[in-house]
Amino acid sequence: MVQERTLPVLQTSPAAITREEGLRVYEDMILGRFFEDKCAEMYYRGKMFGFVHLYNGQEAVASGVIKAMRSDDYVCSTYRDHVHALSAGVPPNQVMAELFGKATGCSKGRGGSMHLFSAEHRLLGGFAFVAEGIPIATGAALQTKYRREALHDASADQVTACFFGDGASNNGQFFECLNMAALWKLPILFVVENNKWAIGMAHDRATSDTEIYKKAKAFGMHGVEVDGMDVLAVRTVAQEAVARARAGEGPTLIEALTYRFRGHSLADPDELRSKEEKDFWFSRDPIKKLAAYLIEQDLAKEKDLKAIEKKIQIAIDDAVTFAESSPEPDPSELHHYIFAD
Amino acid sequence: MAEVLMFNALRAAIDEEMARDETVFVMGEDVGQYGGSYKVTKGLYEKYGEMRVLDTPIAENSFTGMAIGAAMTGLRPIIEGMNMGFLLLAFNQISNNAGMLRYTSGGNFKIPIVIRGPGGVGRQLGAEHSQRLEAYFQAVPGLKIVACSTTYNAKGLLKAAIRDPNPVLFFEHVLLYNLKEDLPDQEYLLPLDKAEIVRPGKDVTILTYSRMRHHVLQAVKTLEKSGFDPEVIDLISLKPLDMEAIAASVQKTHRVIIVEECMKTGGIGAELTASINDQLFDELDAPVLRLSSQDIPTPYNGTLENLTIVQPTQIVEAVQKMVALRV
Ligand SMILES: Cc1ncc(C[n+]2csc(CCOP(=O)(O)OP(=O)(O)O)c2C)c(N)n1
Ligand SMILES: [Mg+2]
Repeated sequence: MVQERTLPVLQTSPAAITREEGLRVYEDMILGRFFEDKCAEMYYRGKMFGFVHLYNGQEAVASGVIKAMRSDDYVCSTYRDHVHALSAGVPPNQVMAELFGKATGCSKGRGGSMHLFSAEHRLLGGFAFVAEGIPIATGAALQTKYRREALHDASADQVTACFFGDGASNNGQFFECLNMAALWKLPILFVVENNKWAIGMAHDRATSDTEIYKKAKAFGMHGVEVDGMDVLAVRTVAQEAVARARAGEGPTLIEALTYRFRGHSLADPDELRSKEEKDFWFSRDPIKKLAAYLIEQDLAKEKDLKAIEKKIQIAIDDAVTFAESSPEPDPSELHHYIFAD
Repeated sequence: MAEVLMFNALRAAIDEEMARDETVFVMGEDVGQYGGSYKVTKGLYEKYGEMRVLDTPIAENSFTGMAIGAAMTGLRPIIEGMNMGFLLLAFNQISNNAGMLRYTSGGNFKIPIVIRGPGGVGRQLGAEHSQRLEAYFQAVPGLKIVACSTTYNAKGLLKAAIRDPNPVLFFEHVLLYNLKEDLPDQEYLLPLDKAEIVRPGKDVTILTYSRMRHHVLQAVKTLEKSGFDPEVIDLISLKPLDMEAIAASVQKTHRVIIVEECMKTGGIGAELTASINDQLFDELDAPVLRLSSQDIPTPYNGTLENLTIVQPTQIVEAVQKMVALRV
């Protein structure tokens, strides 16, 4: 078992979240979890194909960051993108249909699991190559600054959240973009989801300094580590970073310490991670943690949470029905979407 | 009419488009304060400011990806490759995200971006600075690839490329920046997907692009003296190929010689030959002939370098031989 880092403790005051917001975040995490469980089921039933990377265990990161942002902010993901897409507001029907390869999918069946996009929901992708989304997100942030400064558009205060893994943080595009984002004070959050593994490569075998957030310092950037299994901690850190970005004070590197509860993809036998390690992290399930907090703080009752779970289960069953009954892309449209007119 | 150098014509194209559309901006290495390594962006930094003529660190893959991200969110970036060869470092972003993202996104995003700069074999610059990436990039779906060759077409094509809603790789040639030509005073744009009939003729179709157009025209001068009448076509669009114009010519001459600066293996001419064989085989009286650069890293030594790329005398001989073989 790889040595565990001491998880940072962020004291969230009881007033950290309202009942309404708490339930909204809970619902978002449940949506992520249930959606992914359904994907596993559908994959094994032969309804979806290719490489499918699930997000179970990491929900606090997507929900904590994206639910601290506005709907006109930008979100950029990787191949492990279903839940970022859902948190960004892409309807589960469209995501499920995309995974089924249907014409009603958010990428019209052209993209698949690793290429979810939605211009409407400001989801920039869905990138299947490790780290290649980082420059795209940084470019979206540059665009916001450009509108503000070169086009004098005072309403251009959008923030971009760029998600990627510990493995990606060893890639040149990470360092290059940290440099440019800090240099130009771009409104962006670089969110590293350090789940300790890059397929079968343990993080501490791949990097010289395992504390990724410290790399921000070399660029004169804010860097912060956060317990990625604690959605309120992630949310607090994200809110601060978003406020800083919106105010024109530049980027933040957030390292969320988290864990994926399943193999790298549904094709991964997951033989390298030890049982102790998995058990350690399973015991820190972010959804259970939030549920306990909401009940403890008297922000919600067990039955409120059950009602949310029921509602989401119905939404996901609907998504499967929608995906299943949706048409395949029209073969005569094979060549559509290569070029814009 | 005013006589203009090519690099100034390119600058005028960018300047006019930046003035016309404030979402157009330039980014790249030394494009701002320094004015561009071939002075194409000289003066624009002073005129438009540092945000619209953005000097980037030397990080090709990342700043190319950033331009794509900016294009996806509504801007129209022009990237200058300080030398187009350096864009090998940006192959990931150019292929996956400039070329394919519109498709994989099911049409969610447009990527109106121009990636331009000096390509081709210069004078003794060595192998790495003498690359012809048009050949490497031609297989990437979703890209338009254009090569300008005269001061006139450089300006009209670049303006059209900037207005195109798709990613355009725009190849200039390092040895053509000082070409001079009278340009119209009024604005003009040229289509990105049309070949240019440089010289009509009936004996043989010579297909060429970029600097080799000028080698071909030198050869034609000699050939004309001995009564040959070749048709010279500048491809302009390397992707997609203007097969309509090519077909019209081949139906007339029934013979094709391709003169290109890229290497023979996997080159533009290889693709052209295959397309002509596929679509126009019955029109051909002789196999398509390719005059290409040698399949070697471009040597530094001047004599060896000249042996590596096609020379006008080889073109003369090739035409004489092919036309003389007419049955
Ligand atoms: C450029 C590139 N190289 C290799 C791969 C294969 N690959 C896919 S995911 C992955 C591991 C990435 O790990 P990390 O960044 O930590 O993200 P995680 O999968 O843990 O979310 C690798 C090597 C790829 N997709 N792209
Ligand atoms: Mg990882």
